[in-house]
Formats: sequence, structure tokens, C-alpha cells
Amino acid sequence: MSSIQVDILVDARGMACPGPLLGLIGAVREGTVGEVIEVTSTDEGSKTDIPAWVAKARHDLVEVIVEDSYTRFIIRKAR
Amino acid sequence: MAAKVVVLGGGVGGTLTANLLSKDLRRDIDVTVIDPTGMHVFQPGFLYVALGQANGRWLARDERRLLRKDVDLVVEAATRIDAKRKVVRLSHGEEIAYDYLVIGTGSRLVPEQIPGLTRGAHEFYSLAGALRLREALRTFRGGRIGVGVAGIPYKCPPAPVEFILMLEEYLRRRGIRDRSSLTLLSPLNRAFTIEPASNLVEPIMERRGIELATFFNVEAVDPDSGTVSSLEGEEREFDLLVIVPPHRGQAVIDDSGLGDRSGWVPTDRSTLCHQEHSDIFAIGDATDLPISKSGSTAHFEAPVVASRIASAIFGTKPKDVYGGKVMCFLETGGRRATALRFDYEHPPKPPVPSHFWHTANWAFNRLYWSTVPLGRIPEVGYRKTPELDAEFERSST
Repeated sequence: MSSIQVDILVDARGMACPGPLLGLIGAVREGTVGEVIEVTSTDEGSKTDIPAWVAKARHDLVEVIVEDSYTRFIIRKAR
Repeated sequence: MAAKVVVLGGGVGGTLTANLLSKDLRRDIDVTVIDPTGMHVFQPGFLYVALGQANGRWLARDERRLLRKDVDLVVEAATRIDAKRKVVRLSHGEEIAYDYLVIGTGSRLVPEQIPGLTRGAHEFYSLAGALRLREALRTFRGGRIGVGVAGIPYKCPPAPVEFILMLEEYLRRRGIRDRSSLTLLSPLNRAFTIEPASNLVEPIMERRGIELATFFNVEAVDPDSGTVSSLEGEEREFDLLVIVPPHRGQAVIDDSGLGDRSGWVPTDRSTLCHQEHSDIFAIGDATDLPISKSGSTAHFEAPVVASRIASAIFGTKPKDVYGGKVMCFLETGGRRATALRFDYEHPPKPPVPSHFWHTANWAFNRLYWSTVPLGRIPEVGYRKTPELDAEFERSST
């Protein structure tokens, strides 16, 4: 379990690609610098497209936690 | 006593739901449509107006003429929905009571959310915007053109790709293609939200010399320098920018406390019922469902909402559910198009662009007024006919 305090939770479980990534982009758009966003996704494509977008947008991918039936992505808005 | 159904919005979903209820329930129901303009607008036509291929006049009809005679039409803005008292308040203060409410208020453009967007970019998501863009293109003599979106969700997801492919053809026809560059600013790492459609259009864009800039979510526009900057930290400069403005739900949803933080109505994906109010249904763009905001979606949702309201009135077990059906066309220029047919469980398998699908799109656009709002082709494009299925399968990629 991650002990990081999450400010914005985007529960995108059950959403098809690119729903989880779009949820993250929307949260980053509305969030403030330093806030932590957690995206939960059951979509396999998220494992590649979320880290790729976070790297391109120069935010911090703090942690990726693989649970039994979904994946949690912890992102900090860096700028 | 007849049940009172109030429909907010005279778009595809609202008009069709009202007509289906009126036709099927007749004496058992009073249906009222409330619409702020009283005009029904065929929004897919804006694209053709912007490119000089259509006149704006064929895009609008008097809503009264599209509704069955026994449906009441109130031409006034709804300002508040009181879900506890089950009334809708109008802008002049009058209240209309309902037993069942259908929210078909669509989406609204909010360009003011992006600094510089209103002054620095064109759009083809309103008739006024399409007419301005048509004039800008008419006087365009060559240069750098950028096409992008400034927020998701937005109406008609294929439209930016369609626009740039058709614009490329437009520039060639005018003899200024060699003096122009075209760039699609995509918010994703591909051209289009739906991956199979992306796989189809990206090679076409490459062949036509259209640049694809990925992960470019428009954050601000500088109207003086023509610079557009992205959420990802990039900057690009253009001579002509065409950006789909951000969308959100209508103010009446926000003001009534019935929406999420973007003004979309929290809606059950199968029953289309409001998540917290069993006597309120939502349809089309107004919902928060993670599917295309398009007339096609509303078209397929309307029979489900009408059927479920009928079941509620008669006390029978509701049987119809919405399965996420959407069917739309994607023009690729050169009088060719492909078709996207999908639902919650089945992604699209778009056929190779062909004249067949372009003609089907052309025919659909022309037949719209006498068919879709009136409920005459409820399953267009989705009805399982051997001929149509064969056409999809024959040329699927």
C-alpha cells in the first residue's frame, strides 16, 4: 500500500482506453502544482500510455501499484 | 390522469423521445418540450459550412414542425430544475410540473476557459464560428494551419480529423496546398480516441503530408503571435488556428445541483436514469457517459428512454437497456468515407474508406429531416441487414 496522501482520485476502472488517460489529463488541468493524483485503471493500455504522457508532460510518476484486478498510478503535478 | 413528461431540449434526443412517447402512449401521456430557441439544428453540417460545401440555411428547422401535433412546445429557457418538487422553472418565472423529466440539454462551448482562444483561434462547432472560418479560409493564401482540441469530451470525436483531411483537399483544389502546411494537434498519442480508427486515418494523413503532433492538449493561445501552447509544455506557431473549444454541461444543470463538476448529468449507462433520481432521465451530450457525444448516441438512446418511461407509467417491468450503440461516418476527403459502428462491448472495425460510405453519409445528411427526429429510422446503420453487415465485413481492416 502507498502511504502518499492523494489529493485527487480518478477512478477509471471499467473505462476503455483512452478513458483513464483522459481522466488524468483532466485532473492535471484542474489541479494545482504539487497535488497528488491517483488514477485507478483496469485497462491494459494505461500501463504504457499513462507513463508516456506523464514523461512527456514532465510530471512525476511517483508509483505504479499493481493490484489483483486493476492498476493504481500515483502522479504528482510538477509544474 | 395522463402522466406528465417534460423534455428539456429540442435536439435529436429530446425531439425523438418526445415523438416516440407521444406516438406510443397517446392518451396516457402529456408531453412538453422546453427549448430556448425553438429551432432544431443539424450540427454535423457545420463542418460543410466551414469548407464552403453547404449553405447554413439547410441546418436549421422550426422545432414545432418536427414535433407531433400532440406534443406541446414551450420556447423559453429553463433556469432551474427542482427535483424534490418535480418542477422546471422557466426564465420568466413560470413553473412546469412533471412526473418524468428527460434532460436533453446538450453541451455548451466554453472557449473562455482557454486564455486567448476566442480571439486567437477559429472553430466550426457553432454556425457563427463555421461562417467566420469559411470567410477566413476563402481569403487564406497559404501558410501554417493547426487543427486541435482544447478539452475532452467534445462533440463528434471524428470531426477534427475529418476537417483536416477535407481541408487538405480544399487547399489542393484552390491550388495553395504547396504553400501550406497542416498539423493535427492531438491530445493523445495517436490521431483519434478510437484506436482502430486511428490506425486507419494515420497512414492517410501521412500520405497527404499532414503532420501529427501527439500529446498536445491546448492550454493557451497567444492571438498576437499565433502561438499555441500545450499542457505538456510545448509551443507551436501557426498562421491559422482551428481549435475545438472546451465543452461542458448547460448552466441549468449546474444551477440545479444535478450535474458533476463539469455540468454533465450522472447517468446510469444502461437505464439512462439519473444516478440519484429515478424519475429523471438523461440523453445525448448531457450525460456523463464515457461514450461519443454525438447525435447518433442520442438517436439510439431515445427509444430506450421512451420505453422505460412507458414501463414506469404502466407499472410494467422495463426491458430495454442502452448498450452503448453509436454509428457515425468519418469523411476522409476525395469523396470517400469510412463508418464507425460500435457499442460498450464491441470496438469499431472501420472499413477502408470508400465511395460507398461517402454516399451513405451524403444520403443520411439529406434524409435527416424527414427521418431521424420523427423516429422513422430508429436503427439506422445498426439494423442487422445482411447487405450492410457484408459491406462492413468486406472492407474491414
